[in-house]
Amino acid sequence: MKLLVPVRRENRIVLGVAFFIVFVALWSFLSLSGAVPRHFLATPWQTLVSGWDLFATQGFTHDVGMTIWRVVGGFVLAAVIAVPLGIAMGVYKPIEAFFEPFVSFARYLPASAFIPLLILWVGIGEAQKLTVIFIGCFFQLTLMITMIVSGTRRDLVEAAYTLGCSDTGVIRRVVLPGAAPEIAEALRQVLGLGWTYIIVAELIGASSGIGHMITDSQALMATDHIIAGIVVIGLVGLLSDLAFKRVNQHLFSWSLLR
Amino acid sequence: MSRLSIRDVSKTFPGHRRNAPPTQALLPIGLEVGDNDFITVLGPSGCGKSTLLRLVAGLETPTTGEITLDGTKIVGAGADRGVVFQSYTLFPWLNVRQNICFGLREKGMKLSEQREISDRFIAQVGLRGFEEHFPKQLSGGMQQRVAIARALANDPKILLLDEPFGALDNQTRVLMQELLLGIWEQAQKTVMFITHDIDEAIFMASRVVVFSARPGRIKAEIEVGFPHPRHYTIKTSPEFMALKARLTEEIRVEAIAAAH
Repeated sequence: MKLLVPVRRENRIVLGVAFFIVFVALWSFLSLSGAVPRHFLATPWQTLVSGWDLFATQGFTHDVGMTIWRVVGGFVLAAVIAVPLGIAMGVYKPIEAFFEPFVSFARYLPASAFIPLLILWVGIGEAQKLTVIFIGCFFQLTLMITMIVSGTRRDLVEAAYTLGCSDTGVIRRVVLPGAAPEIAEALRQVLGLGWTYIIVAELIGASSGIGHMITDSQALMATDHIIAGIVVIGLVGLLSDLAFKRVNQHLFSWSLLR
Repeated sequence: MSRLSIRDVSKTFPGHRRNAPPTQALLPIGLEVGDNDFITVLGPSGCGKSTLLRLVAGLETPTTGEITLDGTKIVGAGADRGVVFQSYTLFPWLNVRQNICFGLREKGMKLSEQREISDRFIAQVGLRGFEEHFPKQLSGGMQQRVAIARALANDPKILLLDEPFGALDNQTRVLMQELLLGIWEQAQKTVMFITHDIDEAIFMASRVVVFSARPGRIKAEIEVGFPHPRHYTIKTSPEFMALKARLTEEIRVEAIAAAH
């Protein structure tokens, strides 16, 4: 292995799949050998069968749909405000000075700690779920975008001014296109963050969603259902991540040139 | 008519930390640059010559004095002063043609007109066939040629170049000097070119302005009388050598001062 030398595409796929195999083998060994009792850890096969059953007979598709809609809803709400605010904070330093200390403080407030409060304020309906996602994503996203925009290359900004750009011209034609690939990447990462918050929100006070199914299963000691639910979250997250990556690569092909 | 007039201009930068003493980058200087003049500003690194260019470009404000272009005081950057920077400043998300049209689009020029102008400058800097390339797909020399074309396409009154060939290898640099000189001989623009390379300073200039070590001030102004068009072979002529020897002495003293 040479330092920092990329692997070939075929090898990368083989290596990536290999770890999944190692993982499932280890899991099979632990559950099948009886090293961990069956009611604490279901076997991979059992999990697969229960997973199929969840979708086929127990309406799990609806749960997954609800969870996706909550994550995307809360995330979009956060992005719609965080992106313009972050850009404004990045280019106008007084605006940054005004908001940044509070946003930095709020970023450390764990979104899940708001859940009891939010149940009191807005009940256990959809508004509560969306708000949790919003709190979890918004502050993080705002700070990331502020940092990205602050990092705009000064020499490009100066070049634009000498080519006759006004301030708004510089924002529109230099700051935004320059920051766009990194902003898209930040959105991708924060969407992943949204997934961790939604399950917590659904574990407490929900009547649908993947998290709700998981709590229900816990009461029944149905570890196969719990694991199947977790795997589905992983898969949906992975798919949304890949889709995001694809779109970014397509939109910002210039930023991938070496 | 484009006449650049620099009167009693100095620049002091505030200290970085609190209570740190301010840095005087430029002592009050005066300089007149006439229409279609090609002046090179020669000095050791850190002598404030780039600061002077940034003041003319409007990217910095003078601490004292004022700079006028055709009698109008310079306040802030503007399209009437084209700048080519030392670092590569092409917009990486735009291809060669879009980079060259950047200023034209800002002016709201029609697309057909933008195309016509960019075609002309792409040809002039020898980049036909590279219109659709992105900056990262070009060599350093090519990028700087695009940068020159981008500045010229805007039809500025004066072209300011801040060591534009400083990062290029020697062979490329020499070719770029000839290219720029060729463009100037045809187009007749007022040019202010910053460099620390003595050959470069003499070869292109009608006048070399020599800077002292920091804090910068003008130490000498030397006319360069070689006729145009100039051929690269003049670099080996006795007159060129004599001028080079003289400037080498001037600069050497300053470089020693700068090193202490």
